[in-house]
Amino acid sequence: MKNTKTDVLVVGGGAGGMAAAVSAAKEGAHVILLEREDAVGGVLNQCIHNGFGLQFYQQELTGPEFSYKLEYELRDKDVHVVCGSYVRYIDFSSNSVYVISPSGAQIITAGAIVIATGARERPFGALLIPGDRPAGIFPAGLAQRYVNLENHLPGNRALILGSGDIGLIMARRLTLEGMEVAAVVERMPYPGGLTRNVVQCLEDFGIPLLLSNTVTRVRGNGRLQSVEVSEVDEQFNPVSGKERSFEVDTLILSAGLIPQVEDYVRDLDTDPVNKGLSVSNTCETNVRGVFAAGNNVAVFDLVDYVAAEGWIAGRHAAFNALGKAHQSQRIPVVRKGMVGVLVPNMVDPNEHLRIYLRLKAPMDKGKVIIRELEIEKSFVYGVPSEMIQLVVNKDKLDRIRDLNKLTVEVLS
Amino acid sequence: MQIVVIGGGICGSLILRKLSALRNVSAVLVEAKSDLGQGVTKANSAIVHGGYDDPHGTVRAALCVKGNDLFADLCEELNVPFKRTGSLVVARDNPDEIKKLEELLENGKKNGARGLRIIGKDELKKIEPNLSEDYKHALHCSSAGITEPWMIAIAAANIGRMNGARVITGDPVTGCNISDGHVEDIILESGTRITADCVINATGVHYNEVASIFGVVTPPVKLRKGQYILLDKLAGGMIKSIIFPTPSEEGKGKLVLPTVDRGVLLGPTSERLDSYTPDDVATSDKGLRDVIDAADSLVPGISRYNWIIKSFAGLRPDTDERDFFIKADDRVKNFITVGAIRSPGLTAAPAIAELVVDELIPQILEFSAEPKERIVTRLPKTEKINELPFKEIARMIDDDPLHGRIVCQCNEVSEREIINAIREGAKTIDGVKFRTRAGFGRCQGSFCGWRIAQILSRELGIELSEVRLNEKDAWILNGKVRP
Ligand SMILES: Cc1cc2nc3c(=O)[nH]c(=O)nc-3n(C[C@H](O)[C@H](O)[C@H](O)COP(=O)(O)OP(=O)(O)OC[C@H]3O[C@@H](n4cnc5c(N)ncnc54)[C@H](O)[C@@H]3O)c2cc1C
Ligand SMILES: Cc1cc2nc3c(=O)[nH]c(=O)nc-3n(C[C@H](O)[C@H](O)[C@H](O)COP(=O)(O)OP(=O)(O)OC[C@H]3O[C@@H](n4cnc5c(N)ncnc54)[C@H](O)[C@@H]3O)c2cc1C
Repeated sequence: MKNTKTDVLVVGGGAGGMAAAVSAAKEGAHVILLEREDAVGGVLNQCIHNGFGLQFYQQELTGPEFSYKLEYELRDKDVHVVCGSYVRYIDFSSNSVYVISPSGAQIITAGAIVIATGARERPFGALLIPGDRPAGIFPAGLAQRYVNLENHLPGNRALILGSGDIGLIMARRLTLEGMEVAAVVERMPYPGGLTRNVVQCLEDFGIPLLLSNTVTRVRGNGRLQSVEVSEVDEQFNPVSGKERSFEVDTLILSAGLIPQVEDYVRDLDTDPVNKGLSVSNTCETNVRGVFAAGNNVAVFDLVDYVAAEGWIAGRHAAFNALGKAHQSQRIPVVRKGMVGVLVPNMVDPNEHLRIYLRLKAPMDKGKVIIRELEIEKSFVYGVPSEMIQLVVNKDKLDRIRDLNKLTVEVLS
Repeated sequence: MQIVVIGGGICGSLILRKLSALRNVSAVLVEAKSDLGQGVTKANSAIVHGGYDDPHGTVRAALCVKGNDLFADLCEELNVPFKRTGSLVVARDNPDEIKKLEELLENGKKNGARGLRIIGKDELKKIEPNLSEDYKHALHCSSAGITEPWMIAIAAANIGRMNGARVITGDPVTGCNISDGHVEDIILESGTRITADCVINATGVHYNEVASIFGVVTPPVKLRKGQYILLDKLAGGMIKSIIFPTPSEEGKGKLVLPTVDRGVLLGPTSERLDSYTPDDVATSDKGLRDVIDAADSLVPGISRYNWIIKSFAGLRPDTDERDFFIKADDRVKNFITVGAIRSPGLTAAPAIAELVVDELIPQILEFSAEPKERIVTRLPKTEKINELPFKEIARMIDDDPLHGRIVCQCNEVSEREIINAIREGAKTIDGVKFRTRAGFGRCQGSFCGWRIAQILSRELGIELSEVRLNEKDAWILNGKVRP
């Protein structure tokens, strides 16, 4: 069995992990990046549509193009990429990572670790939808993989549950590839995905979006035969008399992403709203020398944010591993008002602060307020699907040094 | 002499395994579904019961206690997990419930159940610190445990096969020829005929239907549905034992129990179906809600939203007599029904197999069994990466890199394990899943489903679009996007 040492070890080779690896290498660290699939890229590989990179690369790219740019930098910076590696266990007391891969099992001891394991899709089973258990029910990402990478269509006629971005994108994709999409069903009174996706993926193709509706039953022995849909009230309970049935052989679920953190929750703190790892504005978790970035911190709407956070995580991981980190301070960040998802959860006033937040519900207009910093930023028409981003220069953070919290509030 | 067992659930497969050890018998197993153990044996609580609650004097009480005694050795031989976790029937501090515990204890003693003891709240708290404060007493049964029922069916059939038995899957029995009060041969859906000197009907919820093919009348089955919710391994730390509420008329109640791979199972409901709908394993909103409520009242906070990974239902083949029906027919002389195998059928199955092979068959066929000189009794240990220490895994990968290709990351299943499962008979996604637990974990195959489908397609030499979830019409993909 091999024992290896490195300055920075990155777990996960999606946008977050790749950006982290590149920036850590740029700071002079020796970097190993572990990816469990046969190629890096993560979900970018299967997102063959465009809409990536406007901020991070200032140009509009497809997912694979975005990934390719980072891959190029990985090679350029001599990051040691090991695909097909599965991380079995991390001993955070010694920063030892137990890795299994076809080329052998090894223990890698790192000066600092970046966890960038992304998110997984909420599976059908977790939704507790009553009915039979037929074939033909796919999480959207799996369906996307089959269509875009494995060259196979999931069925003939589909219903899509959930109007998150993946669901919307798949509605368009399946239509373009010759499947019929009967409708997209969303239990909230507003769509879960970006407005541009509602327009470009549904409206442009005449696919109905049924808001305040949900799937109440699936039927079929063998293959899916029909799906029952019902209108729901504010508590999401089906309204009787408002049911209808769709004869479809395919049900695509876009019911949300869950940060992949379960393997680490024994040691690392999570945020109950984000459901991901708690981090500071240096992307450090509660364990010193352990950083996290990307969809395992919170589900981000844009890859640009993921890559930017990965970049910061990698930089600080390198500082940490190379003994260049300063003694950091951590002031908790708390939510108030309509703030839902919120990153980061702690702030070190010695570093710039980038805040990402999602509203709990759509608002016609409102403002983000950070009283301790005398910041007020107004917005018109905000929706939960689009993150609001705010950047605070570190010069401004000096005044909060002695405070015991920083409050991020959204008011109408 | 050729003996045909119909039904590859736990009962039929264990009967086959015993028959395959005999020199003067050629044994055949016929299963309707594409794989073994996918009937009642797939969807139940997976408990090896202690045998204290089946009324004394019933067939099921006797066979349950005997089956429990046989279980540890059986699982050892079949290389199937079995953990004696112990069970608790918990009671509130009220006279009715306490009395119920005493009755169960009394009944259990009469049945010959082992390891029974009533315990008080301090000990209860020590064993199950997360149990609701409402419960102050319990009947503890140290001989109760949990297993992986479908693996028993699969492994027993494998042993049978290794010892020369024939196993046919995906081809239901649809007809027969009978002459002079004796079955001569049976006919399968495909048209295949199999001569039979003796037929064992071990078809789970279908035993009436199959008996009637042979003109045999059996007590009418009354289906009773049980719905379940499965929780993630993260919930595994909450409990150690099988936790029952005090039983009611409806049965043992809705429980909270560990699974062999460290998850937690909640349920089952107990719902009588009005008509005979043996394929109806649909879940319902109310059923699932009842399961959650019941679980939370036993172990508050256990059914957390993010821990729920799956729901499913199973059917109990009950009868008005509420007991097993294991009998040779009077009119069709070489036909034995192993019917109404309701709970605790799993536990009793090894004892049922003994009863059928060692007693009933010799009685009706007037033959004396002759053991084969050399048989396989033990399946070789299959290596599960997930259960091995890191050093051992390193050594195995040096021998074979496929041990190091982890396909299912939730349950840590390697490509080697998946290929082995396919070589041992898995033909579908479910076949792989039930044998290896790949796709059984918290992502439910979102990450690895496509890879398992690819491996199946490669190993079986079929198109990706020919891969099935389980049965023939459970297709997954609809051909290529472009040629
Ligand atoms: C369908 C879809 C459409 C989108 N559309 C857009 C868009 O138009 N514009 C936009 O900007 N953004 C879009 N996004 C969002 C953006 O692509 C993602 O937020 C971003 O790519 C996530 O990156 P990540 O690195 O956090 O996670 P991932 O890409 O999921 O990467 C995580 C990686 O870690 C690996 N991994 C996980 N666990 C382990 C382990 N234990 N060991 C080793 N490796 C592991 C995984 O295999 C994976 O490669 C879209 C996302 C989806 C799914
Ligand atoms: C909700 C529930 C909970 C339970 N919990 C427990 C428990 O915790 N402990 C316990 O001991 N017991 C329990 N049981 C009981 C136990 O699961 C069953 O008694 C046992 O699995 C029955 O096995 P079997 O082999 O008789 O039936 P099955 O597993 O159903 O096998 C019968 C097989 O026959 C096949 N078949 C049917 N028709 C034909 C045909 N025409 N031709 C060929 N094949 C055919 C079927 O496809 C099936 O595979 C529970 C049962 C239920 C439903």
